[in-house]
Amino acid sequence: MARFTRRKFLQASGAGLAGVLASHQAPVFAQQSTVHWIKWNDFVPASDELLRKSMLPEAMKALGIKVNLETVNGNDLQPRVTSAIQSGSGPDVFMLFNNHPHIYGASAVDVSDVADAIGKAQGGYYNLAKANTSDGKKTLSVPWAVIGAMIAYRKSWFEEVGFSKFPETWEQYHDAGKKLKAKGRPIGQTLGHTFGDAPTFSYPLLWSFGGREVDEKGKVALDSKETMESVKFMQAFWKDAHDEGGLAWDDTNNNRAFLSGTIAATLNGASIYIETLRKPDQYKTEKNTPMKDDIRHSPLPRGPKGQFGFHLFQSHMVMSYSKNQKAAKEFLKWIHDPKNYERWFVSQKGYSTPPAAQWEKHKMWDEDPVMAPFKVAGRLGLTPGYAGPPNRKAAEVLTKYIITDMYAKAAQGSSPEEAVKWAAGEVGKIYSAT
Amino acid sequence: MATRGPISRALEREDTLAFWLLAPTLLILTLFIAYPFVRGVWLSLSNSTVGEPGHFIGLANFYKIFSDSIFRTAAYNTFVYTAITTVFKLALGLWLALLLNRHFRGKSWVRAFILLPFIIPTVLSTLAWKWMFDPTFSVFNWLFWKLHIINSRINWLGDPELAMGSIMMVNVWRGVPFYAISLLAGLQTINPDLHEAAAIDGANRFQRFWYVTWPLLLPVTMVVVLFSVIQTFADFQLVYVLTGGGPANATHLFATYAYQIGIGTGLLSEGAAISLAMFPALLLVVVFQLWYIRKVENR
Repeated sequence: MARFTRRKFLQASGAGLAGVLASHQAPVFAQQSTVHWIKWNDFVPASDELLRKSMLPEAMKALGIKVNLETVNGNDLQPRVTSAIQSGSGPDVFMLFNNHPHIYGASAVDVSDVADAIGKAQGGYYNLAKANTSDGKKTLSVPWAVIGAMIAYRKSWFEEVGFSKFPETWEQYHDAGKKLKAKGRPIGQTLGHTFGDAPTFSYPLLWSFGGREVDEKGKVALDSKETMESVKFMQAFWKDAHDEGGLAWDDTNNNRAFLSGTIAATLNGASIYIETLRKPDQYKTEKNTPMKDDIRHSPLPRGPKGQFGFHLFQSHMVMSYSKNQKAAKEFLKWIHDPKNYERWFVSQKGYSTPPAAQWEKHKMWDEDPVMAPFKVAGRLGLTPGYAGPPNRKAAEVLTKYIITDMYAKAAQGSSPEEAVKWAAGEVGKIYSAT
Repeated sequence: MATRGPISRALEREDTLAFWLLAPTLLILTLFIAYPFVRGVWLSLSNSTVGEPGHFIGLANFYKIFSDSIFRTAAYNTFVYTAITTVFKLALGLWLALLLNRHFRGKSWVRAFILLPFIIPTVLSTLAWKWMFDPTFSVFNWLFWKLHIINSRINWLGDPELAMGSIMMVNVWRGVPFYAISLLAGLQTINPDLHEAAAIDGANRFQRFWYVTWPLLLPVTMVVVLFSVIQTFADFQLVYVLTGGGPANATHLFATYAYQIGIGTGLLSEGAAISLAMFPALLLVVVFQLWYIRKVENR
């Protein structure tokens, strides 16, 4: 047997070390294949449990990658991503909402290799998924899910005021709401500063009357006859048909109000219905029947210029400071593999709609007809900033709640002219800033 | 006799020793006060956004915020919020301190309980207030309705003026104990002989307060007001939890708006400019109060 002298050992290890240093990368066996993934606390807790207890251990087996999942309140994702980027360290994969990938684009790894393949294999991404995750130069994040925003309403109460099916136009909805409020069962809607239910109502209302933040060329177009009509409509609609406490609601108030039977309808994710399914004995109607049997869902009504939706959209960004980018991408590929993603999707029971068209055909949608309207959430959805791109300017308008506040001002008693002039002025300043 | 080493000899010199004794404080002040402040100033003069260091753009951020109507609303709100709550906190705090300065059974218990609003983490107590102001389930509304005082719901956080009033109420509730306990400490340093002498000279209760207690309590009061104004001016948690700055920006303060712009929109430089806009106003308040305290002390 050849002798392995101390000199030989030093030569070999020295050469090895030089190689490692030259490649700026630790050898494979020494790399820690750990991915830190941060996402929101799911409104369907069973899904987070499924990830933790079953899917992530499986990913470990299949890929040899350990995934540390951290879940935080949805409102805390932005402070976390900001501090992570500024300090250059933190989770490898970040869940982001709506058009936030555009805000953090400079710190994103191009994930077109992952996203393009998934989109292609799954029937193509919806427009809102593509617009929110691409800046034209690179793919900023991998689309994850659309949290459909639909009106949850009490079927029997609408029937009592003469609507055997849900109103199809805003005018009809106004009429129904007026009759319902007269019976002490108003419509519940937030116009407060809250990231979910407020903009998902106010933006589609604007769009359906033909109002838009900017035109296709990016020129500010908010101050228009169409916008004015929508604000005038909302002012009367608010007074006649709404619970006026809604100006102070956050994303949870309408859930509580609906479940306690004080409002007849509200725009929401499917969480109200899912809660009544979970606790049929706790949530009852005034006739002591389970409330779940009296809940139906509908998209927002149609306006003079069409029917639109704006849904909370989620995607995952691989951070450029991450030392585990390859593993992070491998993991995202794995979890979006239809046989893996399907398990998560089914556990959501329709609360989340996948971002690609093929999933509309999934048999899960046939299981519960009440959840069926959520199937096409992604198809009807537009992005903030419409008819322009959902870029950083659009993100600023959204986070300043300018569109929502335009309606809130009118609801509080400002003249529609004043409200539109104020909002158009603010939007103008944002888009004209360099 | 053993000769002393060079370090011991150097430390014998007063200026060297003073420097080394002050060094840790200086280091902490530099790291945690001076550096963030200078960095904040730099940020406000740059076009830095999250993940992009940006470059110097002069006062452009300040021009932008001063033409921003939401910023002007936030600035106005902050001044009104600070002024009104400070008056109430001082008046109620002083009143409470005078009551607690008397002798009664269970005095120490009452004093401890008075501090509760100040001790409970603000976010926690504010969440409780949020429930009490809840548009649908407000316990105040329930109570007033049961007592036949109201026949429709009060929109505590949904009406712009009432929302501002509601957050002021919570701020006063939280701030009064700080005033009361600090002023109580001040009251206890006043020699009772002075009151006795004044009483013998025929001063009534109000005169004793106005000519004896108040002048002696003034330096403590000024320091307490100074701290409180700074804290109230930069308040964040109450508004963030109760209204998020809504409805329609009616309750935005400097800090909540800076957070919204800096963190929500990723415009770090503009957020820094909004935060720094507080600085001149606060500086004036601090300079005036410190000058006044010195004047009172030198009297």
